[in-house]
Amino acid sequence: MSPAQIEIQIIASIVAVTCSLLGVFLVLRRMAMMSDAISHTVLLGIVIAFFITKSLNSPLLLFGAALMGVITVSLVELLNRTQLVREDAAIGLVFPAIFSIAVILISRFAGDVHLDTDAVLLGELAFAPFNRVKLFGLDFGPEALYTSGGILVLNLIFVIVFYKELKLATFDPALAAALGFMPTAIHYALMTLVSLTAVGSFDAVGSVLVVAFMIAPPAAAYLLTDRLSRMLIYSALIGIFSAISGYWLAYLLDASIAGSMATMTGASFLISYLFAPERGLLAQARRRQNQRIEFALTMLTMHIANHTAAQEAEIENEVVHLNEHLKWTPQFAMEIVGVAERTGLVQQREGLLTLTENGLKRASQEFSN
Amino acid sequence: MAVNAIDVTDLTIAYKDKPVLWDVDMEVPSGTLMAIVGPNGAGKTTMIKSILGLIKPAAGQVLVYGKPYAEQRHLVGYVPQRGSVDWDFPTSVLDVVMMGRYGALGWLKRLGASERAAALDALDKVGMKSFAQRQISQLSGGQQQRVFLARALVQDAQLYFMDEPFQGVDATTERAIVTLLQELRSAGKTVVVVHHDLQTVPEYFDWVTMLNVRRIACGPVGDVFTDQNLRKAYGGKVAFLSAENGKH
Repeated sequence: MSPAQIEIQIIASIVAVTCSLLGVFLVLRRMAMMSDAISHTVLLGIVIAFFITKSLNSPLLLFGAALMGVITVSLVELLNRTQLVREDAAIGLVFPAIFSIAVILISRFAGDVHLDTDAVLLGELAFAPFNRVKLFGLDFGPEALYTSGGILVLNLIFVIVFYKELKLATFDPALAAALGFMPTAIHYALMTLVSLTAVGSFDAVGSVLVVAFMIAPPAAAYLLTDRLSRMLIYSALIGIFSAISGYWLAYLLDASIAGSMATMTGASFLISYLFAPERGLLAQARRRQNQRIEFALTMLTMHIANHTAAQEAEIENEVVHLNEHLKWTPQFAMEIVGVAERTGLVQQREGLLTLTENGLKRASQEFSN
Repeated sequence: MAVNAIDVTDLTIAYKDKPVLWDVDMEVPSGTLMAIVGPNGAGKTTMIKSILGLIKPAAGQVLVYGKPYAEQRHLVGYVPQRGSVDWDFPTSVLDVVMMGRYGALGWLKRLGASERAAALDALDKVGMKSFAQRQISQLSGGQQQRVFLARALVQDAQLYFMDEPFQGVDATTERAIVTLLQELRSAGKTVVVVHHDLQTVPEYFDWVTMLNVRRIACGPVGDVFTDQNLRKAYGGKVAFLSAENGKH
């Protein structure tokens, strides 16, 4: 690997962790779409700050972006509070409006500077290693490493220091307010950081990847654990995995790096969605299948118990008649009888089923319920 | 005479131009177990939330043990409606109960062994100790309510607000909760409960506030829980309610 390749992977991994940390709280607060809105509307903040400072490297750009993120959230909430539009529609109204103003301003007044909409959406990760920090003739590495690293540290401090407050304000905002933890202030602090993260990251990776890193790894981690602390760690790891595997996917396919990384976040989610040990689709299907068999076994024992004494036992409890009486297909009846024999619930003599002691117990348990 | 646990005077809350609570007065003496009853939309939950400073009043004043709520937070425990939180949140029963200690801990301080011990103790009191490590999504409605109650217990408050603690719980849990509330009162605490089942008011509570946007009555159950007041609070519907046997 060349130094540039390593640098790209490190930058992308840092951005992935930075985004997924906040993304966990966005997902839990059901605000995933807000990250999409913010990561686009911050552009207007950057454009306006750029018009004021005439520089693309001014810290005022970050400030403008953060402010615009908070304005976006406030506008959405304002619209929502009128109760004339729902929150999802409010996001859909606010975000294109602000984003399109930014796009018009750029195309009209800033056509000759390095502020183009393609770069905003897809980033320029491949070029990140060319933009370097040089001091006293020494090379201190790519600039993006410092911006994304700085924001990572900021987010880490926020999540670690305010972990307890974030958790309470997310789970039970009413109790948080009653205990004096100002959930509204925490909400806006979180939104400010999402805005800073979006602007700090999108120069490197683009807003689409920012959204992908913010939502997919936490959504995947949510299926893998039932503790908040582990959800944070898992989503960071899934973010790093998506970043690095995405880089090599792009290398193999000779395709867009940001696009490949976003694809890998989706693939990571899909893997978790299918194979998560308890909540994945496969685990659910297996559980349903087990329940079906368990239920059928109980039904079988009850059916036999019901008809043991009666005259019709001979007909009712014959294996070949089960499908008729229990409305089972012949294959399913054979399968269930097989399982029942193996687990010692019934015994078969000349095609006639009788309950063992365990089978009797199971049937009578069911009757007493 | 001892200071009242709650003094509400002239409280008015409006949603846009529609009053939810209209010039309400309410005095709750310390050491009472009080029900707030009234029809849907009468402002019961709003009343609790405004005492806790969660809703800003349009007019009026609320005092908790003679002072504004913000100065008395540490004396107050709160059990919101069970349905107000997301029970799929990735956390354990023990974690949720420990949240009751956050107020006493204050900003930035971390949970320690004493919080853990207090939470386990409270879980024991509500019969849920063996569930401490469970994910909260695995609980039944009654168990969720017990967990919320345990969380309020670890707040170690003087005054408790509970929003419909009997909503959707089975008879055993209801019995357990009532016993717990009565124990709290015996220990000198004041408990305010938003309640729906009029039949059980005289049995469970010693004080009652009847609301229907305005205050209909507030006082000892024996004095104010009368047919006349019920009719005023519920309009014509109360005849139907009291004719019904058992719970609705």
